[in-house]
Amino acid sequence: MSQLTSNDGQPNWVKVADKSQLFPNTGVCALVNQQQIAIFWDQHKDQLFAVSNYCPFSKANVLSRGLIGDYQGQSMLAAPTYKQRFNLETGECFDDEHVSIAVYPIKESNGEILIAA
Amino acid sequence: MKKIIVVGNGMVGHHFIDQLLASDSEFEITTFSEEAHLAYDRVHLSSYFTDNSVEALMLTNEQYYDDNGVRYLVNDRVVAIDKTLKCIHTQNGVTASYDSLVIATGSFPFVPPIPGNDNEHCHVYRTIEDLDAIRNSAKDAQIGVVVGGGLLGLEAGKALVDLGLKTHVVEFAPRLMAVQLCSEGGGLLRGKIEELGVEVHTEKNTQSITQGESCRYRMNFADGSFLETDLILFSAGIRPQDKLARDSQIEIGERGGIVINDYCQTSEPDIYAIGECALWQGKIFGLVAPGYSMAKVAAKHIDGHIDKQFLGADMSTKLKLLGVDVASIGDAHGVSDGCKTYQFLDGVNGVYKKLVVNSSGDRLLGAIMVGDASDYGQWLQLYLNDMPLSQGPEYLLLPDADEGSSSSAMGVDALPDSASICSCFDVTKGQIREAVQAGACSMADIKSCTKASTGCGGCSALTTQVLNSELEKQGVEVSTDICAHFAYSRQELFDIIRVKKIQSYDALLSEYGSGGGCEICKPAVGSILASLWNDYVLDDAHIGLQDTNDIFLGNMQKDGTYSVVPRVPGGEITPDKLIAIGQVAKQFDLYTKVTGGQRIDLFGAQLHELPIIWQQLIDAGFETGHAYGKSLRTVKSCVGSTWCRFGVQDSVGMAIDLENRYKGLRAPHKIKFGVSGCTRECAEAQSKDIGIIATENGWGLYVCGNGGMRPRHADLFATDLDDQTLVKYIDRVLMFYVRTADRLQRTSVWMENLDGGLDYLKEVVIDDKLNIAAELESDMQNVVANYQCEWKTTINDEKRLQRFKQFINTDELDSNISYVRERGQRRPATEVEKISTIELVTEA
Repeated sequence: MSQLTSNDGQPNWVKVADKSQLFPNTGVCALVNQQQIAIFWDQHKDQLFAVSNYCPFSKANVLSRGLIGDYQGQSMLAAPTYKQRFNLETGECFDDEHVSIAVYPIKESNGEILIAA
Repeated sequence: MKKIIVVGNGMVGHHFIDQLLASDSEFEITTFSEEAHLAYDRVHLSSYFTDNSVEALMLTNEQYYDDNGVRYLVNDRVVAIDKTLKCIHTQNGVTASYDSLVIATGSFPFVPPIPGNDNEHCHVYRTIEDLDAIRNSAKDAQIGVVVGGGLLGLEAGKALVDLGLKTHVVEFAPRLMAVQLCSEGGGLLRGKIEELGVEVHTEKNTQSITQGESCRYRMNFADGSFLETDLILFSAGIRPQDKLARDSQIEIGERGGIVINDYCQTSEPDIYAIGECALWQGKIFGLVAPGYSMAKVAAKHIDGHIDKQFLGADMSTKLKLLGVDVASIGDAHGVSDGCKTYQFLDGVNGVYKKLVVNSSGDRLLGAIMVGDASDYGQWLQLYLNDMPLSQGPEYLLLPDADEGSSSSAMGVDALPDSASICSCFDVTKGQIREAVQAGACSMADIKSCTKASTGCGGCSALTTQVLNSELEKQGVEVSTDICAHFAYSRQELFDIIRVKKIQSYDALLSEYGSGGGCEICKPAVGSILASLWNDYVLDDAHIGLQDTNDIFLGNMQKDGTYSVVPRVPGGEITPDKLIAIGQVAKQFDLYTKVTGGQRIDLFGAQLHELPIIWQQLIDAGFETGHAYGKSLRTVKSCVGSTWCRFGVQDSVGMAIDLENRYKGLRAPHKIKFGVSGCTRECAEAQSKDIGIIATENGWGLYVCGNGGMRPRHADLFATDLDDQTLVKYIDRVLMFYVRTADRLQRTSVWMENLDGGLDYLKEVVIDDKLNIAAELESDMQNVVANYQCEWKTTINDEKRLQRFKQFINTDELDSNISYVRERGQRRPATEVEKISTIELVTEA
């Protein structure tokens, strides 16, 4: 897992948004240390996901605008450009085993969305 | 190059030319027709009275022949063949030489030698000119009589009914369709036809036609009775048109017909005869399919192949006569040695079926069906392939007690590869299987690569079964479930949502689905909800269902920017509005292009720019163009009667009204309209989902056309409609499409997969066969009433606007987007250009 860590090796949590700024079952993008991170709130599972916003197939920063759901019981993100599917937990591409995207630790604390940086 | 002359340009003559054109060799083809039109569809001639269009009947046209180097001469009859010099002479003095000559002169209607049969309003039913004459006679007439109660007679009867005449059918034999039907079947058919108001008179021998008292004529019968009528149509059988061959001393059968061998050669080896004028082993084949087979054989033989022979044809047939399904297979009368018959008569539902089997009861020899011919395809295969009956014949006759039993028990897997599935185009089960192996996986694929089921359409159910069975064998699961989360097809989901009035995806998933949904079911359900309730698509309950474009109300381009398309109804735009678009494009440096749908596309808008751009466009009077939605896109129009010297209706006005009515309608896929102000068709309406072409008397409606990857000419649906009827029909067609199509299925493919095809759609929409027309209209009314400009709603919603920025935590922009300028506008930089730009910057 790619991780944005501080010098002491501990996750460095950065607030990117209030939970109230999120929209259910869809994504937004945050810029953390010049990295574009796509954030999704799956309301059914009440779970948050953070992955790279860069789509390796279309070579554009668009993954936060993809559609989320399930693929064989795993949380899935479908790229908005050409619909390749990624595992939201691991970043692996379901449609191409040679491709994966970075994933980041994310959590909610007191109504704030934090990403490890 | 070998010179080929084709005498007669009817269905079979044209099919022959098509076969020659498809061969690898080159021929110099010339065809002659004594009629004014090139080949047209005589089988569906009666539709001329309902559709009023010669074009809809045409099988070819001048353009096609010109493009393929086929020479043609219409309105001229070939009167002599010079066998020594190998040339022909026409009535108008044209001479042409040939290497091979093909006679495809067809047949002519038999008119019984009754005194008075040459009166002004006595007609036959064979050509478009005949139909024009019939229509003229019908203008001041109340009553019409068809002489002849066979297949053609009943078809002609339908024409008189369509013309609004009180119709009588007069038959010499004791029953209708005496050649095909037994007395029980004939009796049932008679009852059904009489229910439609057609009076049937059997065992009537017409002796003379004299001046009438209450009508134009009186028909006097041998039994002393008489019938008064204004119009008489003779449809008492056909005779082979063999005069040219007869005059040229080519061998003719005792009772007429040009004698041919198995290669369709006449007694002169260089002269062939095909179709209804040809006599093979003492038989004339009065159906189109055997004519097509002969055409194929003759074309092969002329091309030097001797492996294909004409070896007779099955005369089984299935028709809809005056709305009644009638079919006959093989030895329908049971005249084979030792055969046995089984019969089923359902007087309540008006269904009669008869089976003729061999003495041991395990082979089907023949059958008759009246009122319900749904088993025709299966039974025909049992008969043609001499297949053993798995159960007693009685099981074939009994209505399905439960699914899977009875007649449907015969799986298509039992059929041999040689089994002919489509007789119109002679497509075998083996060919369909090969097509599936080569990658075909839908009925539309099968139709385009084998032509199966594109003729009369009678084999569509059977073709579908072969397709599905072959797909299953390949391990393709033929499941109509939309995805893993819902065990329902799109149509079933639509019905559930409509009937249960479900308002959200979550509600549907919790009651009818499982798991968390996916990129298939979410947009599909989102589209269904929008089609039915037309709520704001970016509402919290719906936003997660929206696909790439819908979710930001723009069309995402390859670099993640969007294109913006304001609606320009009918393509009509004021200079002020053009200027407003130009100003917006200039301010945001948007790449500007005119679309095929007569509007203007503005490319390269970044997320944060979209709301500002739309605020300006809305202030200038624009609305969203829904270019991003699977929804109504544009109604293209020509300038119409307002300006054009040729226009007959106001096509622009109609286009604007229609675009404003249906804008915002979400559907399984995008929908495009076209409205042309006259038959010159400048709006290209026949390549649109809904095409409208003005005529002197109103509007012609065309449906299910498509341009794009797989072009499809729209089908003529109805003619001479007034404005209200036009809108009513479009409401119904579109809502029926929205209800029943698969996800992402355009109307063209929907039509090709629709059981019963165009005729069925007409029955649903025009005749309201399913009794849902009112519902379809009110559903559409609901969509129209709940229209909103989604961009107007969005720019007035502070919270929604938060999403229209690249980052939620900063106002910075996406650094990956870069442009180069080309032809005065900017475009996205390619990956290579991006790298060199960076290098340049670094070096600097």
